[in-house]
Amino acid sequence: MKKLFFLLFFLSLSQIKAQDYFPTDKGVKTKDNKSFAFKNATIYITPTEVIKNGTLLIKDGKVVAVGKSVKIPKGTHTVDVSGKTIYPSFIDIYTDFGIAKPKRPSGGGFGGNQYAATRSGYYWNDHIRPETNPIDEFKFDSKKAKAMINAGFGVVNTHLHDGIIRGNGLLVALNPNSNNAYRILDDNSAQFLSFNKSRKSRQLYPGSRMGAMALLRQVYLDADWYAKGNMDNKDMSLEALNKNKNLVQIFETGNWLDATRADKVGDEFGIQYTIVGSGDEYERVNDIKNLNANFIIPINFSKAYDVSNPLLAQQISLRDMRKWNQEPSNLSVLSKNGVNFALTTHNLKSVKSFHKNLQKAIKYGFDKEKALAALTTIPANIIGNSTIGNLKVGSHANFIITSGDIFDPKTIMYENWVQGDKNVINDMNIRDITGDYMLSVNNKNYDLSIKGKGAKQTGTIKIGDKKVKSKFSFKDDWIAITLNEETGYTRMMGKVINASNVMQGTAFDSSDNETSWSASKKVKKEDSKKKKDSKKKKDANIPEVLPVSYPNLGFGNYTQPETETILVKNVTVWTSEDAGILKNTDVLLKEGKIEKIGKNLSSRRATVIDGTGKHLTAGIVDEHSHIAASAINEWAQNSSAEVTIEDVVDPTDINIYRNISGGTTSAQILHGSANPIGGRSAILKLKWGENAQGMIYENTPKFIKFALGENVKQSRSPNGTRFPQTRMGVEQMFTDYFTRAKEYDALKKSGKPYRKDIEMEVIAEILNKERFISCHSYVQSEINMLMKVAEKFNFNVNTFTHILEGYKVADKMAEHGVGGSTFSDWWAYKYEVNDAIPFNAAIMHNAGVTVAINSDDREMSRRLNQEAAKTMKYGGMSELDAWKTVTINPAKLLHIDDRVGSIKEGKDADVVLWSHHPMSIYAKVEKTIIEGKVFFDRQEDLKKREAITQEKSKLINMMLKEKLGGAPTKAPMKRKDRNFECDTLEELKN
Amino acid sequence: MFFFLMTSINAQQTPAPKQSNAISIEGATAHLGNGQIIKNSLVMFANGKITFVGSAMAKIARQGTVINAKGKHIYPGFIAANASLGLAEIDAVKATRDFDEVGAMNPHIRSLIAYNAESKVVESMRPNGVLMAQTSPRGGTISGTSSIVQLDAWNWEDAAFKTDDAIHINWPGSFTRGRWWLGEDPALKADPKYGKNIDNIKQYFMNAKNYLASNKEKTHLPYEATKGLFDGTQKVFIHTSGAKEITDAVTICKDLGIKNIVIVHGDGAESVADMLVKNNVGVVLDRPHRNPNNEDDAYDYTYTIAKVLIDKGVLVCLGMEGQMERMNTRNLPFYAGTFAAHGLDKEVALKLLTSNSAKILGIDDKVGTLEVGKDATLFISEGDALDMRGNILTKAYIQGRDISLETHQTKLWKRYANKYKSK
Repeated sequence: MKKLFFLLFFLSLSQIKAQDYFPTDKGVKTKDNKSFAFKNATIYITPTEVIKNGTLLIKDGKVVAVGKSVKIPKGTHTVDVSGKTIYPSFIDIYTDFGIAKPKRPSGGGFGGNQYAATRSGYYWNDHIRPETNPIDEFKFDSKKAKAMINAGFGVVNTHLHDGIIRGNGLLVALNPNSNNAYRILDDNSAQFLSFNKSRKSRQLYPGSRMGAMALLRQVYLDADWYAKGNMDNKDMSLEALNKNKNLVQIFETGNWLDATRADKVGDEFGIQYTIVGSGDEYERVNDIKNLNANFIIPINFSKAYDVSNPLLAQQISLRDMRKWNQEPSNLSVLSKNGVNFALTTHNLKSVKSFHKNLQKAIKYGFDKEKALAALTTIPANIIGNSTIGNLKVGSHANFIITSGDIFDPKTIMYENWVQGDKNVINDMNIRDITGDYMLSVNNKNYDLSIKGKGAKQTGTIKIGDKKVKSKFSFKDDWIAITLNEETGYTRMMGKVINASNVMQGTAFDSSDNETSWSASKKVKKEDSKKKKDSKKKKDANIPEVLPVSYPNLGFGNYTQPETETILVKNVTVWTSEDAGILKNTDVLLKEGKIEKIGKNLSSRRATVIDGTGKHLTAGIVDEHSHIAASAINEWAQNSSAEVTIEDVVDPTDINIYRNISGGTTSAQILHGSANPIGGRSAILKLKWGENAQGMIYENTPKFIKFALGENVKQSRSPNGTRFPQTRMGVEQMFTDYFTRAKEYDALKKSGKPYRKDIEMEVIAEILNKERFISCHSYVQSEINMLMKVAEKFNFNVNTFTHILEGYKVADKMAEHGVGGSTFSDWWAYKYEVNDAIPFNAAIMHNAGVTVAINSDDREMSRRLNQEAAKTMKYGGMSELDAWKTVTINPAKLLHIDDRVGSIKEGKDADVVLWSHHPMSIYAKVEKTIIEGKVFFDRQEDLKKREAITQEKSKLINMMLKEKLGGAPTKAPMKRKDRNFECDTLEELKN
Repeated sequence: MFFFLMTSINAQQTPAPKQSNAISIEGATAHLGNGQIIKNSLVMFANGKITFVGSAMAKIARQGTVINAKGKHIYPGFIAANASLGLAEIDAVKATRDFDEVGAMNPHIRSLIAYNAESKVVESMRPNGVLMAQTSPRGGTISGTSSIVQLDAWNWEDAAFKTDDAIHINWPGSFTRGRWWLGEDPALKADPKYGKNIDNIKQYFMNAKNYLASNKEKTHLPYEATKGLFDGTQKVFIHTSGAKEITDAVTICKDLGIKNIVIVHGDGAESVADMLVKNNVGVVLDRPHRNPNNEDDAYDYTYTIAKVLIDKGVLVCLGMEGQMERMNTRNLPFYAGTFAAHGLDKEVALKLLTSNSAKILGIDDKVGTLEVGKDATLFISEGDALDMRGNILTKAYIQGRDISLETHQTKLWKRYANKYKSK
């Protein structure tokens, strides 16, 4: 701590003064004159404030004056930069400059058993490290600095990229000629966060994205509790977090979905994160815009795929191919939507590609003024430092001198001054001699063409179309040319005269005869008309960007379906109500609801569907699904009540579309079964194309997953050691949690202060009958046990899911009032399902239990109608009762039967039109309608297939063109198939 | 109480005794398994063989016991190709798993001797009409040798229908991806080792051939086991997908002089259909109840693949390999039904479990259709056996033997249904 105050103290003083008292053994004490004036320049004070023919005066590292008429004091070094442009140097506020990535502890390997934190005096979770102060590890990296300077950067913000809360940042001027005492502009510039775990610890928790989100929430609650003096222990993490509360909070995310997730957590605690994006924000720019966050955006564009091998090319998904085509438009899209963002070199393999990528983004329509702002004023503003990113009086003398428009590929960047110290990128004194010349020597004329920048300018010589063997060099303002012709060598030396339009000098032929040579520049005449044309052409030159669909992959929607008034005529209606099956009936859907069921209905403006020979049912409800989520198990602790699948709903999962193609319209996305107390559910309507929030039920019933048996005992895990390892332990674990939650709730209700604990809040909701349990269960002993535990705590278990031995305790279940949501015929895959029988549903049903058939499988969830039919085969359920097992019964179990699950007037218009009897093996879905919107239509689906084929072939051609044009490509990649099941464990990155 | 006693005495069903009386089934719709049906049929069998298949209008004497099956359906017993029934009881319990031996080249490993004739999983096939299966080892490059069994037996010797019918090879894939967990690029790329990998297989069989032609100074068990491939008594089942892999597999086997080739899985076979037809190569398809391989595939890709291949003239049948393959083998009828829902004629879809399976397995001289002289391996169903609602068996016969349709599961059903009834 002391060290920091020390440092800050000096920073606040003038730098010259600080130098003064440092002893020297290098000779007599001298002091450089550090004032410079640059005159006749175009000066960008800010991206919007530009002076032509102005003067920039700097002294001791600061801007002293800038303007059209600046008085230059005596003794100032004056540089005439006429024709050149001066910009503020760039700022990158998201780097790891000078801070090495920590190494992982050796040994261990994948997984491991580290449940507890490895430190004391800090927060209980090793991945929360707000106390990290990177100044201890900071080493100015001259090599990296040089690369950044050459790319135009003057200041970077850096931090240790490690952990979920990562500690504070350093704002560093890239001044290799100075030392840390001067170039560290701020040693507490921001606080950093991410969804990635620390490499310094193998502590298992959090094991998933949703765990990381829950952890962040609990940390904020605990920090508040700590700040109020309620903890009797010392916690340096929470102290640091509270201390840095008012800094800008920068959150790194890996994709736009994670950006919305991070923002959601921040909003809950009144924190507006600045979000480090990933470059895919264009996919959902409206959602991104609505976050109202500042963004830091990388421009790491992917290479085209090498599609020359057609077999390999087939493996690339349209989603990945589109990314290549669409992502260069990201900055343009963000900017046009008014998103405030800074740019970063983060994620770039080499800083060198930064300008190339930025130029590409500009080519795709990104405004240059916005680009400059995104590199100067916006990052300065985000980081809260007004003395960088502009050339106002008093600001740091960080500026770039260029030959012109800095975003033009032809422009030469000459110098990048940082804190008033010069860094040469390209020697400004090297004349630009590029152009086409007519070279005359020995009465012969040649075409000389000079290209390149600075010292790297090279010339090629031709006669007509024929190239002449030659050597060209340009050094110290001298031009040297050697011609190698059949007639012999000609050597020439010379200089440029006459403002670079003419060069002349002496030449020697192969016989060493001296003569003279000259070259004069061919001046291209550009009339104004041509210029106009070329401007027009430039606009037309914006490369083709294929439209974004929602979600942005094959079968996505370009526009979302609208609520229609639909009249289905003369159809067989499966009501899932007492009315049973109504033949030759009409159903009117209006304003998203089932308006009327009857005969001979009519409605003006309704889209009429002829249902003759077809069947209309309520949309299928799947009580147990794991689709549409980025994580399923927070497996690293035996209870994870604090997490919720709602945090990680993934609306881009193709399985949503495949489910509606099979008539499933609602699904409970359950947490997995890795631990006895799992996480909270997300109950979704499978509205393909909407965002996560749009799919979650309004006023959604509250559910939580519990689990019993082999999975929670870690029966198949080689590392299984955590409590509980037996069914006996599971009972005690539940009893413990419910007991504690009861005490917690009592304290809370008493009005006395209490430490808010998300996990306890959730479990107390169960005790208060506000939240329902859906419990993964197999054998009768454990089923019976949980009912007895619940009864002891005076509540009922809502649903046993899987419940494969439910038939053995069906009478007890009916008495307790719990529902059973089971597989139709799965068994024999593990020991605890040895006695699973397909007659289970029928037996439970006959005993008075509300029975549903669920999938727990993204494949089965698209044909639950067939699974329902199996209850007729096994145990002889009636077809009406069988159909209820996938419609009204699961809706009842999920407490959404007031909205869905049957065809009844006033309910949501969630219906499916089938080609056959819905439980026939031959039934196909014709249309799936959710809230009066047609989300799946067989005919539309055929069109989508055709469109995918065409778009892929178009993209393949574009990529082939790119490859033949010489651009580097990358190997085709097949998407990793996501298959979340009950026991799928996400491994959170670290 | 009665059921309780019964179940505690017998864990498994007792295999039925040899057919002693002739049986005549009259009035049912007979699905012959060759694409044809006979409404109001008469099917008779004696001594385990079918003696008559025709119309019930036929004025011939009914033999033995007459079963009135009016309104019902008769089917040839369903045959599960490339299954692994009886080789594991509970997937997650290692002690019960007997389908994957160590080693890469295991032609001598024989599934038959591990076949558990008393498996609870096996007996659960029969109430759904699955009465025969090819039970195949898994794993390695050459997994081993399969056998074909009938599903009502005291022991594996009893069960054997065709012993050591085929050798199974897992063909190498031509693509590979980096081991991402080791930090390698997960991109899928052409496997540079593909050529070498298939060469290994080729070399192996060439060595085997040379060995078999030699004076065999020292016995080489694995090579001995390949004999049937070269003399035409055994088939090779090559498990692979992809146009390139399928083409290479067929070409190399032909070059080696292996005559009877079958492709298992066969995703992508549609683009090399002509080659398959020309070379008489059948394809054992995976169940349609699986997700398409690629995100951009049509949702019904796996539902329509059978029709695509059949339209191109390829001989196909249904197999059973993959997740929970053993317990799901009883769902084969519904897989065929799904193919029928998505374009196949119902009777053609039925062939995928009957005559086509028999042809591909090389047992069509004995089973696969309702034909005079063939085994009386057949069943009576209340309704359409490819539909869950209709697949309700009242009788099933294997080689004329009247087999039990009870299982571990039906016993539990009755035991508990009874428990609540008596309450």
